[in-house]
Amino acid sequence: MTDVALPTYKAKDFATDQDVRWCPGCGDYAVLTAMKKMAADLGVKREDFMFVSGIGCAARFPYYMNTYGAHTIHGRSPAFATGVKIANPDLEVFLISGDGDLLSIGGNHTMHALRRNIDINIVLLNNKIYGLTKGQYSPTSEVGKVTKSTPHGSLDEPINPITIALASGGTFVARSIDVDVKGLNALITRGARHTGTSFIEVYQDCNVFNHQTWFYATQKDTRPENTIVLEHEKPLVFGAEKNKGIRRNGDSVEVVTLGGEFTEADLLVHDETNLAQAFLLSQLYHPEFPEPMGVFYVDDSRPSYNDQLHSQVDEVLTKHGEADLQKLITGSDTWTVA
Amino acid sequence: MPEPETDKTTRLSNVSVRFCGDSGDGMQLTGSHFTDAVALAGNDFSTAPDFPAEIRAPRGSTFGVSGYQVQFSSNEIHTPGDLVNAMVAMNPAGFKTNLEYVEPGGIVIVNDDEFNKSNFKKCGYDEGYNPLDDEVINAQYKICRVPMSRLTRESLVEEESDISVKDVDRCRNMFALGIISWLYSREIESTIEKLQNYFGKVKNKPEIAALNEKAIRAGYYFGETAELFPSQYDVAPAKLKSGKYRRISGNEAIVLGLTTAATKANKSLVYASYPITPASDVLHGLARLKQFGIRTFQAEDEIAAVMVAIGASFTGDIGVTGTSGPGLALKGEAIGLAVMMELPLIVVNVQRAGPSTGMPTKTEQSDLLQTMFGRSGECPVIVIAASSPGNCFQMAIEAVRLSTRAMCPVIFLSEGGLGNAAEPWLIPDISNIPDIEVKHAVVTGEEFLPYMRDEKTGARPWAVPGTPGLEHRVGGLEKQDGTGDVSYDHENHALMTRYRAEKIQKLQDVIPDLEVEGSGDTLILGWGGTKGTILTAATMLRERGIEVATAHLHYINPFPKNIGDVLNQYKKVIMPEMNTGQLRMLLRSQFLVDIQGIQNLCGRSFFVEELADCIEAIVKGGAK
Repeated sequence: MTDVALPTYKAKDFATDQDVRWCPGCGDYAVLTAMKKMAADLGVKREDFMFVSGIGCAARFPYYMNTYGAHTIHGRSPAFATGVKIANPDLEVFLISGDGDLLSIGGNHTMHALRRNIDINIVLLNNKIYGLTKGQYSPTSEVGKVTKSTPHGSLDEPINPITIALASGGTFVARSIDVDVKGLNALITRGARHTGTSFIEVYQDCNVFNHQTWFYATQKDTRPENTIVLEHEKPLVFGAEKNKGIRRNGDSVEVVTLGGEFTEADLLVHDETNLAQAFLLSQLYHPEFPEPMGVFYVDDSRPSYNDQLHSQVDEVLTKHGEADLQKLITGSDTWTVA
Repeated sequence: MPEPETDKTTRLSNVSVRFCGDSGDGMQLTGSHFTDAVALAGNDFSTAPDFPAEIRAPRGSTFGVSGYQVQFSSNEIHTPGDLVNAMVAMNPAGFKTNLEYVEPGGIVIVNDDEFNKSNFKKCGYDEGYNPLDDEVINAQYKICRVPMSRLTRESLVEEESDISVKDVDRCRNMFALGIISWLYSREIESTIEKLQNYFGKVKNKPEIAALNEKAIRAGYYFGETAELFPSQYDVAPAKLKSGKYRRISGNEAIVLGLTTAATKANKSLVYASYPITPASDVLHGLARLKQFGIRTFQAEDEIAAVMVAIGASFTGDIGVTGTSGPGLALKGEAIGLAVMMELPLIVVNVQRAGPSTGMPTKTEQSDLLQTMFGRSGECPVIVIAASSPGNCFQMAIEAVRLSTRAMCPVIFLSEGGLGNAAEPWLIPDISNIPDIEVKHAVVTGEEFLPYMRDEKTGARPWAVPGTPGLEHRVGGLEKQDGTGDVSYDHENHALMTRYRAEKIQKLQDVIPDLEVEGSGDTLILGWGGTKGTILTAATMLRERGIEVATAHLHYINPFPKNIGDVLNQYKKVIMPEMNTGQLRMLLRSQFLVDIQGIQNLCGRSFFVEELADCIEAIVKGGAK
């Protein structure tokens, strides 16, 4: 890290001259706004940012951020980002892509980036649909989804991004919604400061092919009743009147109303460091439960892959001293022909 | 021809030996130790391991047989030999599957103790049949029946010893090595020293070192006293170019070449790979070289491996991935991305016999067309190919030089037959290897245009993330000339397609011309690992009174500048390939020359004699 004062950035310093080509009303616009604000405030020089993506609507993201960027191929951006961090661990790498890119064709790479704890920031814009290919169901679409490719309804059980991230050994796993620019900004900023992979699922509206799919969770009137904001060491309270909560009941949980039989003291207290509880919370689905927003789980103790790799390099350098190429090439078993 | 030298020793100019046995019998190690001994004796040599893909197939089965062939000589040689003069077979399965590689009249030393009913059954001999008693076999070969298991036990087991039978039996291969070492007058002391060092110091099992030493000495003395053989043999040192030598395999040479290239380019190198036979040894070798600025990464799959390499290249390191044919198929889309992003990328393909999983441990040259064209769209890459284990060193350096110069992926073709084979290597003085000049974009005050090309090379600038003022975005979508912005413009696409091909052609200015050796109306043109066989076959043909010229291609895209002229100088051009004629197809279509092919599709190198016969038939006008 350098002591030279950072330039003062404004969000617009991160805008490019490219026309943004998302459909009007797309949830991605809000995410872009949150991201530019985050970038301006993070305390990282513009030239040290790198935005990486795969394929899909969300994957156009790097073209709209005035930083270094790479719009790679379908599903493989976690591997590209890994290569970037192996080469230069000082870069602040963001990986922005969609549910199809990161959970279907790229599911393997997402899982491995998470378990290695590469120090990158994954923002998964989940709109539960394939937008760029014009409306087929995605790995997060609900069962029975009627689309062009599933006229009689889809048969596949959806994959849960948060559960997958936790199961893959993610060390920062969180969820937000596209229209909550402030909340999203705060979450991405915290994720960026986390050492290791930060994984943020964003409920994002595709207003062309899957409009209103998240409205139960994202609208002013629905949000308080159908989502619950996770705050470390705070009881799980929700509802417009803050009169409901989540209580542990055996191996599972239940929704209770406060005031009568139950008080806040009966409620589950969120603990970001409790993996088992994070799993449990990741399995809460609308309409039976409010869907959790915020940080499910954090493990700050695990070093990142790239830090460990570079410490191995340093150890080897200390042990071997300066590398002697001629000695290496000559090897230990030689003979001389006169 | 053998010339008697003393009463007991016959001097030969050339010997080839094959060791075979069960995968667990340590045949690769035995062959490797013997090769060290012939190297120390100053012979030229060439080796060919021949092992199954199965790690431990059922003991005694034919598909679990592992073999190792080495030829050594007092002359310069380029191949491991066709048929061997002597073979050691540690079990009936090895005997059964390898006897065809022994010359008529050749010596076959067998571990007689393993030639029993149970083992005959395991390798499919008829009940009641012992091949060692077969009259036809005995008429054709000199079969030497040695009860190696018993003799090894008797030599190693002392009274009140607590050494396990298993440990003793494991030393049978060293007993066999002792016999062969005596037979060909190769000394055993250096092998003993290595065994002591390995078992004694590295593994901290001095008792195992002692057993191995006893076994090799016992075998050696057995050879001396048993009078099983018609003679003892000797091969004089070869008159190689003077200098310091080591033995090297193709995969080792790639490791050293890439490391040298990174040093000469003053760059860190990231090698990302997914384990695959026969390329994994490159990963193993580089993983130990962190002190040279090399970072290795074992990826979750082939695609991730190439993407990690591309990510590293974008970030300013030299990104390299290594694989074999099936892995190259998986990497195709990503290589296309690197072509579009115009980034350096080195893809090492140690080819094996395909298609699909094919024969992982067998060699072939059948990925050439995949290498040239196996991607979507018009997607040219630089293609180069190594011709010998030692040449892999030089071509690895070339891969880095050409890729960074043109800002274009290079696919570097090696072959299983080169990767695992070993030969003597005149150790280069690294101070004689030129630096690789790598240019990075710098801030000029003018707007940075990521796709503004260098006039001379046609390459776009390589801007390293972290450099202020050069922020830019690239991707797989078509680029606008100059700005690199996304463009769907028709004329621009045509222009960019041409640019991507032209910058590769411009490399003709910095690669060597095709060199021709020999004279005559016929040119034998080869590429890749067939070079040694072609040179040896040409020598054989000259001995038969047939003059042929030879040339070998190391650069396939682009071809050397003079290739058209060379092709047109000859009445006949013959191209031997270990595929159905892939390079021949390219050359015929580009130069309209009626090249005739000789195809080998067996998964092993050409035999010299077989190749010479095919060439002779074509030269004399007949069909091959």
